[in-house]
Amino acid sequence: MENTKKKKKKKLFFISDDTLTGYAFLGPNISGFLLFTLIPIVVSFGLAFVEWDLLTPVKFTGFANFIKLIHDKNFWYYLYNTFYFMLGIPLGMFASLALAILINQKLKGIVVFRTVFFLPVISSMVACAIVWRWIYNPDYGLLNAFLSWIGVRNPPPWIASTSWAKPALIIMGIWQSAGYNMLLYLAALQGIPGELYESAGMDGATKWQQFWYITWPSLTFVNFFIVIIGIINGFQAFGIQYVMTSGGPADSTTTIVYYIFNHAFMWFNMGYASAVAWALFIFMFGFTLLQWKLGKQEG
Amino acid sequence: MESLERELSRKRSKRIEFVKNTISYILLLAIGATMILPFIWMVSTSLKEAGAVFAYPPEWIPNPFVFRNYSDAWESVRFGRLFVNSIFVAVCTTAGQVITSSLAAYAFARLDFPGKNKLFLCYLATMMIPGQITMIPVFILLKELNWINTYKALIVPMMFTAYGTFMLRQFFMTIPKDLEDAAVMDGCSKFGIYWRVILPLSKPALATLATFTFLGNWNNFMWPLIVTNSEEMRTLPVGLASFQGLYNTDWTLLMAASVIVIIPVIIIYIFNQRFFTKGVVMSGLKG
Repeated sequence: MENTKKKKKKKLFFISDDTLTGYAFLGPNISGFLLFTLIPIVVSFGLAFVEWDLLTPVKFTGFANFIKLIHDKNFWYYLYNTFYFMLGIPLGMFASLALAILINQKLKGIVVFRTVFFLPVISSMVACAIVWRWIYNPDYGLLNAFLSWIGVRNPPPWIASTSWAKPALIIMGIWQSAGYNMLLYLAALQGIPGELYESAGMDGATKWQQFWYITWPSLTFVNFFIVIIGIINGFQAFGIQYVMTSGGPADSTTTIVYYIFNHAFMWFNMGYASAVAWALFIFMFGFTLLQWKLGKQEG
Repeated sequence: MESLERELSRKRSKRIEFVKNTISYILLLAIGATMILPFIWMVSTSLKEAGAVFAYPPEWIPNPFVFRNYSDAWESVRFGRLFVNSIFVAVCTTAGQVITSSLAAYAFARLDFPGKNKLFLCYLATMMIPGQITMIPVFILLKELNWINTYKALIVPMMFTAYGTFMLRQFFMTIPKDLEDAAVMDGCSKFGIYWRVILPLSKPALATLATFTFLGNWNNFMWPLIVTNSEEMRTLPVGLASFQGLYNTDWTLLMAASVIVIIPVIIIYIFNQRFFTKGVVMSGLKG
């Protein structure tokens, strides 16, 4: 015991010892961090103020990119699309919570259902997007075959129409991610002490009251977490849109990230693409901050 | 009299229980069927004759079974190469992330050196910055290095994460210091402590990070799409997407290819299910 105390004193004395070791441990990560995160962030900020197609020399244009962005109708339309897709967040949360409540029962074979609900989460997004494109096929797709079978006269053309494409992708997105949030809700539900329900039941509280006064308040943190992650992911929507609709029809499913992708890697407008990326960041940051403040007020 | 009443109320609550369970099962079955239907439809279509996919009403059981779709898809997508690419890239990225993040996390959690807290704050701050901001300069950098369309472009930029470092640091902080003191007394170096004490005690956290990195990388779409431009260098998701571009409405082949891509992950998942479940909860709530 005494020995360790001495050692600790010694440690304090030779504090510079750790400096070298510390940086040696950090070395690999920090070099990658500098090269692929920190420096690129600075460079990207610089790029937002230039015009550059990777071939001709860089041209400094001041705020021109941002002024162009403010007047860019496409940018605002794609931003609207991006927000539209985020309607999937509350819908998905509702679905996930319902699934979690169903799964959180002591029933035989419940594990099988949990496995099934989680399958879409781990499956390749591209493969899932392709099968949903097939399901949504307006003429031969499974969904419309089902709809006309139950008597729907003019089933919607889904991803072939500008007005139905967005809802179609939202449904597919909920199907793919519901299982993930279900597990988060499940963990939170299982963390609520059972005695709370017992005593509430003895006091004559109805199931609905129990849910409203015990379950729902206990889910505040998970809800907050899911919303934040949902918004961050929502702003970055790209893959499903790229595979299922290529952003169409008539740009109706093009998102902000899709726009950045096109400008940077299809049309090689590195400057403008960077400016749009920073605009995206500002929106993302603003919404997270807002959410944080609202969350604090509630909790 | 009293026992009879008790008996009756017990029977009643049993009946309520039974009704409740039946409703639950009906709901579970209905939702479960909806969730799994796209997969069944995928397999069903993948085994049909090309013309049979347009039948109305849709047929669930293919007649005849056409297994050739799989060999046709395998050959036209060159899946062998794609699988090798995907596995190689995901394994290297995962190993790199676990090594570099755990080393850095150890320094952040246990060592004292000037500038540590500021640096850590810097890491945390960059976690807020979306990948879309860094991807353009990183692409330019890789282009200058002539790394575009190589394994290096797919692996190296993905090997370092602030998130992994953060998660492991949080876990390392929970390991009691007394365990290290014993090793220090035995004359263990800092690296020895990291290697012999911290890492073995952190297996669950390391495994979680590894699983999610692997899975994330396996399904990663945007980065391989950006930095590869030839068929030989593509990973599975990008290869599958470009196959879709070529065989836009060749549904039987497309579905066969999709099944080929999905099957390995499903098998891994079913055998390590508990572990995945834990991982989600850990990364979600504690990370």
